[in-house]
Amino acid sequence: MHLTRRSLLTRSALLGCSLAASPLVTPVSFAAAPWDTRLVVIILRGGMDALDAVQPYGDPSLAGLRQTLSGGPQAGAADLDGFYALHPGLAPLLPLWRAGELGFVQAVSTPYRDRRSHFDGQDILEAGTAALGGARDGWLNRLLQQMPGVEARTAFAIGQERMLLLDGAAPVSHWAPGAGLAMSPQAERLAGLLMEEDPLFHNALNEALELTRQDLTLGSEEDGGGDSGMMQAAPRARAHTEIAAYAAEQLRGDTRIAAFSINGWDTHYRQANGLKSALGRLSETVLKLRSGLGDGIWGKTAVAAVTEFGRTVRENGTGGTDHGTGGAMLLAGGAIRGGRVLGRWPGLAEADLYERRDLMPTADVRQHLAWLMHGLAGARKTDLETTVFPGLAMAEDPGLLL
Amino acid sequence: MQFDGDLAEIRFGAGLSPLVRPPVSAEAMLGRLQGADEMARRFPVSGFDEAFARAKEFQRLRRNRKRQEGQHGYEAADKAFKAYRRTHNAARFKWHGQRLLRHVFTRDAFRERLVLFWADHFTAQGKNGALRILAAPYAETVIRPHVGGRFEDMLIAAATSPLMLHYLDQNRSAGPGSRAAKRRKRLSGLNENLAREVLELHTLGVDGPYGQADVRQLAELFTGLSASQDKGFVFRPGMAEPGAETVLGQTYGGGKPELGQVLAALRDLARHPATAQHIAWKLAVHFTSDQPDPGLVTHLAARYQDSGGDLMQVYAALLEHSAAWQPVLGNVKPPFDYVASACRALAVPESRFSALKPGQLNRLLLAPLTPMGQRWEFSGGPDGWPEEDLSWITPQALAARLRWALAAPRRLAQPLPDPRVFATAALGRFANERVRFAARAAETQSEAVGLILTSPAFQRR
Repeated sequence: MHLTRRSLLTRSALLGCSLAASPLVTPVSFAAAPWDTRLVVIILRGGMDALDAVQPYGDPSLAGLRQTLSGGPQAGAADLDGFYALHPGLAPLLPLWRAGELGFVQAVSTPYRDRRSHFDGQDILEAGTAALGGARDGWLNRLLQQMPGVEARTAFAIGQERMLLLDGAAPVSHWAPGAGLAMSPQAERLAGLLMEEDPLFHNALNEALELTRQDLTLGSEEDGGGDSGMMQAAPRARAHTEIAAYAAEQLRGDTRIAAFSINGWDTHYRQANGLKSALGRLSETVLKLRSGLGDGIWGKTAVAAVTEFGRTVRENGTGGTDHGTGGAMLLAGGAIRGGRVLGRWPGLAEADLYERRDLMPTADVRQHLAWLMHGLAGARKTDLETTVFPGLAMAEDPGLLL
Repeated sequence: MQFDGDLAEIRFGAGLSPLVRPPVSAEAMLGRLQGADEMARRFPVSGFDEAFARAKEFQRLRRNRKRQEGQHGYEAADKAFKAYRRTHNAARFKWHGQRLLRHVFTRDAFRERLVLFWADHFTAQGKNGALRILAAPYAETVIRPHVGGRFEDMLIAAATSPLMLHYLDQNRSAGPGSRAAKRRKRLSGLNENLAREVLELHTLGVDGPYGQADVRQLAELFTGLSASQDKGFVFRPGMAEPGAETVLGQTYGGGKPELGQVLAALRDLARHPATAQHIAWKLAVHFTSDQPDPGLVTHLAARYQDSGGDLMQVYAALLEHSAAWQPVLGNVKPPFDYVASACRALAVPESRFSALKPGQLNRLLLAPLTPMGQRWEFSGGPDGWPEEDLSWITPQALAARLRWALAAPRRLAQPLPDPRVFATAALGRFANERVRFAARAAETQSEAVGLILTSPAFQRR
């Protein structure tokens, strides 16, 4: 089956549908958003271990706290600056680091403390509030509510799961690559006929078909432009790279914000294996975004990967770590002033830890996100401090962007 | 009002079925609702206590595994825990099947709809792997017995249920001046979560006549509501804030802390005119339209208030109002209702459900709800699922409905019905010319059935 706008039109015309009612007749065009940069937010669900991902091997306490994890350059991590070393799972990103397109912020967290529940931790990270239950929408959506000229395609939540951070009153698009409609041409035509008189259904169907068509085009690029008839039979790429390719596809067009999640960071047991594969997925995702966006768009893109909380500084009895507090965020993109690990390092001496067990957060992760949105989209500081992140003090500009 | 049996079954019931005659009158619907709960008996779901015991065993095995970390017994402990977790999931899938079967076979479908409505109004969910299975038993024991009773009794049952106390963090709320807080420094004090949601979501509504001081006072009054691993709900006077609290100008307690003061406040909140308005609005939205007829809302609110929140009388007011019988189909069915009504139209036999392995039942009937936008028993917040049609019919969610409708029926009903007959069975007189044309013009039988289920006429009610 080869879906094109033309073939859809032809089939609709044969059936005698009202052409005027179809948004496919006039190519859908979106007014460009008032800003031209791109923001990608990746939620790392499960609580990424900051001390293993960006290893503070220069801290004299680290080696004693971790017998098998976070071994620094001696254990194969790449030295970044004489104090921090990069986990081998992130090694594919080293060229970006050298190009100044990759950075980290250490020892950040949301205001969430003590309970260490994934469920609540993610809710508060995505709601962007100081406490649980403070908002029923997400901070990225509240950003969109402040901006003029926003349309559904301005921001994309990608993947099957709900992305609370994009929930809210501002229109956003939600799609999962592979969620498309593989119908016979006849079924597709009849579904169109059935829904034609119901605008809600009709518009959603057309949009779904349009997005499906795009998935298929995307698929052909992945296969090196092979025979379109084979596309549906082609094996699906791994979900995270599909999502990254799809995000890049949107961001090359009128989309300005994309958000999705990468799961698998809850490394209570044998973290050496679990974290390596999760960081590998994160690396592949960033590289796929980079290649998908191309030099031009990548140059004005910032990727921020954030997690609901960090993990215990001490390794536990099964080669893993448990739920903690302070964590790290990853920044990537041509718009980033990278090649640096930012954040005030609190130290790992027992007295410097949070509750004597966790990395002490020295900044609110929302401050960095707010500065990113200020710099990228021109969001006003007052809006960021009162509406997007209610009650936040943005403090000094950390200079995350070029 | 013009009673219409097909419309009654579609709008207020579980959809049309070739096996079940639609109700003949509003009185008959209300009569069934007051009669025995046949479906709960025929397709049982575990009660709360039994499920809570399961959750405890789950926690015990998980703790045991944790204790064995790095030791000899770890592998065995891990195996035992994982095996138990499988039975945990299997139970959850099984209950899901039972709840769907009730929709397939019931002659009392208004009851099933009301159970869904009120379980959503009083959303409570487990926040960890052990407690997640409690959502169905909660609906079974906390909500279901009260759907034909008084609102205040359901409110009290929900607000004192161990699942709600866990979900909204009431368990850890201690009065700042309580004995418990003085004894244990780690007890961080008051948690306003349950108090706020009771006012905002369960009773007065977000625009209701209360302020932050009322939330705070109600939170202080609620201290002591707790649950124990063994006994379920308990009132712990040691955690309760001493002294009187004033909520909406009414003062409660003052002497020894006791449960009675809390229940009195809940009853007063349940009878408040703002609650009548809020509940009337929610029922009208749920059963008729995102923008309900204001006359219907006023009518429902008045009956609620006159009857002191007697829900049977409120339902009677709903079914007697002409706005409830507008012949144009309105609301979009949420995903659970959509799948359930499709199973009902297909008359999926009970034996088909019981032949499904837990994993198959999950893949065929439960997991597909997630891409449709309703990850079952995991609503995003205590406000439950959305009502707006727009939030259900997104491109992604509609695509998921289409995929399910085109693939699942042939795995559920063998042989598939003749599409032309099926159109009438599923839609009655709402099978319009487009539906009949699609039923004839589809290339295969399963496409025809899928397309009928995909028609807006089937997806709306």
